[in-house]
Amino acid sequence: MSGILVVLEQQEGRVRRVSLEACATAVRLGQGAVSALAFGPGAEGLAEAVGSQGVEQLLVLSASPFDRYSSDAFAHAVVQVVRQTEPSLVLFGATAFGKDLAPRVSGLLMAGLASDVTAIEADGDDVLITRPVYAGKAFQRVRIAGTPKLVSLRPNVQPAGAGGGAPARVSVPTVDVPAPRAVVTGTERSGEQLELTEASRIVSGGRGMKAPENFRLLDELAAVLGAAVGSSRPVADEGWVPHSYHVGQTGKVVSPDLYVAVGISGAIQHVAGISNSKCIVAINNDPDAPIFKVANYGIVGDLFQVVPALTAALKAHLDAS
Amino acid sequence: MKIAVLVKQVPDTATRIQLAADGSGIETANIKWVLNPYDEFAIEEALKLRDQHTGEVVLMSFGPARVEEAIRQGLAMGADRAVWISDEGVADVDYLGRAQILVAALQQESDWDLVLVGKQAVDDDAAQTGPLVAALLDWPQAMVVLGLAVDAAGRRITATRELEGATETVELPMPAVLGAQRGLNVPRYPTLPNIMKAKRKEVRHTHAAELGLDAAELTAGRRVRVEGYQLPPPRPEPKVLTGDPAEAAATLVKLLHDEAQIL
Ligand SMILES: Cc1cc2nc3c(=O)[nH]c(=O)nc-3n(C[C@H](O)[C@H](O)[C@H](O)COP(=O)(O)OP(=O)(O)OC[C@H]3O[C@@H](n4cnc5c(N)ncnc54)[C@H](O)[C@@H]3O)c2cc1C
Repeated sequence: MSGILVVLEQQEGRVRRVSLEACATAVRLGQGAVSALAFGPGAEGLAEAVGSQGVEQLLVLSASPFDRYSSDAFAHAVVQVVRQTEPSLVLFGATAFGKDLAPRVSGLLMAGLASDVTAIEADGDDVLITRPVYAGKAFQRVRIAGTPKLVSLRPNVQPAGAGGGAPARVSVPTVDVPAPRAVVTGTERSGEQLELTEASRIVSGGRGMKAPENFRLLDELAAVLGAAVGSSRPVADEGWVPHSYHVGQTGKVVSPDLYVAVGISGAIQHVAGISNSKCIVAINNDPDAPIFKVANYGIVGDLFQVVPALTAALKAHLDAS
Repeated sequence: MKIAVLVKQVPDTATRIQLAADGSGIETANIKWVLNPYDEFAIEEALKLRDQHTGEVVLMSFGPARVEEAIRQGLAMGADRAVWISDEGVADVDYLGRAQILVAALQQESDWDLVLVGKQAVDDDAAQTGPLVAALLDWPQAMVVLGLAVDAAGRRITATRELEGATETVELPMPAVLGAQRGLNVPRYPTLPNIMKAKRKEVRHTHAAELGLDAAELTAGRRVRVEGYQLPPPRPEPKVLTGDPAEAAATLVKLLHDEAQIL
């Protein structure tokens, strides 16, 4: 048992960023050769991207039934590749894909899984893991007994490598899986909105926005910043924005470089979902709003004046630089 | 249709989490315990399916005696009966151990069509129980489900799953394990008469030994071992600007650029 296997996720022929983060993390751990496993048509085309992160070997399963996601068929395939290559550690991204697949693999292998991990360090042959609990109100330190150890990494936390490595060597493992039962028959993109859990900048609006049409102000600010738009829960519950915008303990837990909370009071459930942000900016007309207690910067004022002013100031800054 | 809903009792989301003095866990003395919010969506969906197809909704919960309160809440929503699996002697098992216990409890009975769970529990946020139970039962699964349709014969499911910035449609045969996401439905509030009725519904009590599991072995064999807890680092003292919006905005941009180095 040695080396690390990264289970990749690709989207339209490109490796998802979280998978590159996982490859870089695997290489950084320095616990033997790093291989990656990719599914779906065009999987062999990922050799360059993962090679640049330091992955030596790319295992590809591109033919049917791996052209369509199936949690049961994919889990059986991962299990067989693990039995053939005997890694000591298997890394996944803690995305919809990884969160679906990794625990199923754990159950089939009877191997321990730490999910949504925010820190992982080598400790000899072992790994020390930190993962948030209670939506980030606390952190657990965890070790996994036995091999292989399974870990899913939270997106946007581990750095991806600078790149530069040679393309990974491609090979096709032989697997024999039962006919897929749960099969994806269609995918629908929900607009052009950037995904909150992967965004490096987020602008969120709360009830202080007063009405759905006022989110236009946030769209304009977000456009200048290259940010995704999020919201507090009541605003999503009211239908002002889609449910997928809802940030917090019972919504998306986010970890951007910059989180701008506009007209959001800072209820404990909302703050739990943003406390991993590197920099929090609060805009609120109530100087006693709890959001200011977790913010790095704040502006006390009427958001209907402050947000357009901020958009204008950012534009001026970008034009000048 | 015979449906099991696996439910968990968790600290209310309004809880300020404090660590126990020795850092081995969280301070539970003053916690208000509630039914895991995502489990409410799972129960609601089970009730809707039962009402459409006839059948029975059975709640199953693993934990200490206090979980009966969460069970009663689900019964008051309309579930028919429940099984409480005591955690005595097995309180420290890991995700796999918990899943093995729940699966053993499910296998005390037969003819299940569906197992519903919340997409995750908002205490350890692991999101593992659903897929683990599905893997151990060798049933197909669909997690983070936003929409659900069962065919007229009650044999096949079409589920809509939430992805990052997208949704996907999954088709799967029954029996299956489904994980409920917010948006799947609007959970009903228990009415007073139903709260009274729930008090008389059956809550069967069982435990690991009765399920044929060896408590010592399960505890010793746990793979994921929690070594300790810590609180997040304190956030720095905020810089709060007041006064003219245009001036405040310009100062903020300068701070984000020069000090935070984000722009
Ligand atoms: C089980 C449970 C789970 C929950 N989970 C979540 C969750 O995941 N995420 C979440 O967000 N909430 C969650 N909540 C709800 C949470 O408790 C709060 O109710 C919610 O976050 C408040 O949303 P808000 O800040 O938008 O609204 P409010 O609390 O009403 O705050 C509005 C803010 O806008 C400010 N404001 C008003 N007008 C202006 C103006 N013109 N200019 C500037 N500022 C202005 C006000 O000063 C105020 O601070 C949950 C609640 C429960 C019970």
